[in-house]
Amino acid sequence: MTTATEAPALEARHVTVISHKAPIVLGAVTALFALLLLLAPREGLTHFRFATDGDFVMLPSAAVPAMLTAWICVVIAAALSVGAYLSTRAARKVPIWLSVLFAVAVLFGFLAWSGAGSSADFPVSRLLASSILLAVPLVFGALGGVLGERAGVVNIAIEAQLLAGAFTAAIVGSLTDSPFAGLVAAIGAGMLVALVLGVFAITYRVDQIIVGVVLNVLVIGLTSFFYSEVLVPDAERLNSTNRFGTWAIPGLSGIPVIGPALFHQSVIVYIMYIAVPVVWFVMFRTRWGLRLRAVGEHPQAADTVGIKVERMRYAGILVAGGVVGIGGAFYTVVSVSSFGKEMTAGAGFIALAAVIFGKWHPVRAAMAALLFGAASSLQGALSIVGAPVPSQFMLMLPYVVTILAVAGLVGKSRAPAADGQPYIKE
Amino acid sequence: MSHTAPQSEDKAETTVAEDNRWRDAMTRIVSGSWLVSLGAVVLAVLAGSIMIIVTDPGVQAASQYFFSRPGDTFAAMGTAVGGAYYALFIGAVWDFRATDFAGGIRPLTQSLTMATPLIMAGLGVALGFRAGLFNIGGRGQMLAAAAGAGWIGFGLDMPWPWHMLLAMLVGILAGALWAGIAGLLKALTGAHEVIVTIMLNYVAFYLISYLLATPGLLQAPGSSNPKTPPMKSTAIMPDLLGSQYNLHLGFVFALLAVAFVWWLLNRSAMGFAFRAVGENPAAARVAGIDVPKNTVYVMLIAGALVGLAGVTQVLGTVTTGFSSDIDAGIGFDAITVALLGGSQPVGVLFAAILFGAFKAGGSLMQAAEGVPIEIVLVVQSLIVLFIAAPPLVRAVFRLPQPGAKPKKRPKRSARRKEVAA
Repeated sequence: MTTATEAPALEARHVTVISHKAPIVLGAVTALFALLLLLAPREGLTHFRFATDGDFVMLPSAAVPAMLTAWICVVIAAALSVGAYLSTRAARKVPIWLSVLFAVAVLFGFLAWSGAGSSADFPVSRLLASSILLAVPLVFGALGGVLGERAGVVNIAIEAQLLAGAFTAAIVGSLTDSPFAGLVAAIGAGMLVALVLGVFAITYRVDQIIVGVVLNVLVIGLTSFFYSEVLVPDAERLNSTNRFGTWAIPGLSGIPVIGPALFHQSVIVYIMYIAVPVVWFVMFRTRWGLRLRAVGEHPQAADTVGIKVERMRYAGILVAGGVVGIGGAFYTVVSVSSFGKEMTAGAGFIALAAVIFGKWHPVRAAMAALLFGAASSLQGALSIVGAPVPSQFMLMLPYVVTILAVAGLVGKSRAPAADGQPYIKE
Repeated sequence: MSHTAPQSEDKAETTVAEDNRWRDAMTRIVSGSWLVSLGAVVLAVLAGSIMIIVTDPGVQAASQYFFSRPGDTFAAMGTAVGGAYYALFIGAVWDFRATDFAGGIRPLTQSLTMATPLIMAGLGVALGFRAGLFNIGGRGQMLAAAAGAGWIGFGLDMPWPWHMLLAMLVGILAGALWAGIAGLLKALTGAHEVIVTIMLNYVAFYLISYLLATPGLLQAPGSSNPKTPPMKSTAIMPDLLGSQYNLHLGFVFALLAVAFVWWLLNRSAMGFAFRAVGENPAAARVAGIDVPKNTVYVMLIAGALVGLAGVTQVLGTVTTGFSSDIDAGIGFDAITVALLGGSQPVGVLFAAILFGAFKAGGSLMQAAEGVPIEIVLVVQSLIVLFIAAPPLVRAVFRLPQPGAKPKKRPKRSARRKEVAA
């Protein structure tokens, strides 16, 4: 009896090194997409506009036959699925570029299908730019989430940190008339929320998820209260920031299509480009990063070799809080120039989803955040061309994808071993 | 067997320290003494008072000449805080301005109306806690249930009790199934229920938004607003105390739900299995309890309870048709209710009534004193934070730490560290 019930437990602990889920999922998506094209064929041309005003080289707009383009994309997607299958058979991981290419192919095909017969065109460059912009708080949130969780602290309070960052950046940015001051203040606000999280979760060992949930409510309450009581009556002085201007990188911004989208942005976007590789480098190539991951995976072992577990965890979440704070500043010193009640609207939870979807890896998490940003920017574009897909379903997509990811359909999502567990020294 | 008895006591102490985090958090919350709860409420109310004081224009005016006449500042502080809490009280408990009993008692009935969905949703979350599951999906479950109940409520023609009961049943089933997705995924693949339920909240929100914006589904005919038509009178929960009060039959269902959950947890075999899984899944499995199956059952019942909250919203409180904000944040308030109530059915009942009173009184406080209702969120969340961290509250009020041995010197330095933190 005992052996019979314990056997599955032992099996469950067996680690599968090669996962065949990636090619299966890619193949399934390709098949579904082909099915959609078969069942709901759409006639006409789809217009893509590649050029933006002031391009160095003006690319012509393209009107492509919708169904043909969509089918070509299906073929490309199928080929990539086969590629994924071959690489898993050769016992290698499916490379990131393959997944990214696959996503682009399916997306492009889907756009071609949904825009068929519409006179409005897809402004490709603007779509890219808005994807990047919508993804900025998500990327910073996800980076912060990865840093915190790799140190063993589950951060449900990303939303709270974003909101606190946005709120503080609005006030300080307005008072000083300097967006840089607002940015610095937002970093401080993110760290402050992280400190509260740390005091309760690390020092008092309250369940981290409970603290996170409660902190979200607390920060929503605090910012909304002070917004109504302080910011609204004195909006001129306290709640109208000077936004960061956009700044074109000479040369790079002249590249057609991606130039204006990627390299004609505000400073925070450039910080994001730098932050992703920096976080990766710090986590995987420095002594500090190794220690950070050690306390998240096996705090006892880390303690044994002399790493101060609690101090390391505090350091991890404080840095994470600062990073999330930058994302919060985006709302009030880049996106718009004033704070609004609950203006982050659940972005923290999408960032959390990106952390899991990105398997607790900074680069993958940032990619996931970009994907979610693209999904929300797409629904705007789809409503312009009058696509046959209700916008609500596009908005739902990141969440459905996350559920699938968590359920293990997209590779294996494994949290750091000691994630969410307080460390109590013997 | 007898030789294990002497060990069990010191074992109980060490397991709390090292065992799984749920149990640790739960024991802290459940075993937190009344003094700690009271201290947490006092601290939270104190923090709320400070927020009122620093934003009150009267206090700001008086503080300009603080050093010449400090008394004025303190008087203004007293007026601001006193006025706010007085408004909170007459909005939540007893209206002193009313001339008769019927008017005086009105705020209390309003508090109970506000508490009704909180009780049921709180029970749903609490049940999850007891089984070691964290159900953050209250919002999605309420929306699913509201859609189901509303669809029956305005779409069908039936005589009174049956129409209402059918609408309730469909709503409860919808809530249960929505939560069941999370339970099933957890049981089959080990997907963390926190993430899945958060994501399901958004999926439900956009799904309901779609249904509400599409003619022929939930949208009221001839309207372009994302709102349903009003419920048919045969589906509405009748008022308990006559039409002058808002309190409706849903409150009775809430009390029944409390009794049901109490019975389930304390008197039924299924509840025993739930608690066993929550206390120690490994031990439960060894004892022959099917953990995945119980996970699904817990989520189904929790979703049904939260769904009932959504049902009472559309059939009792807001019967004139609903939109996608029908959940009114109750799904999240329910978490704080369950935590404050120590995940015990009766505790949840009182915690929900307290928070219902905060909600009812908060609206009057906003209207009469201009104190934004969000202060209630702050006070609520602080109460839960403090209750979850008894050592902090004990340190602030100089209460003895449990298990503290005052003669040992390291203990004192540890306490000092806590005060500093």
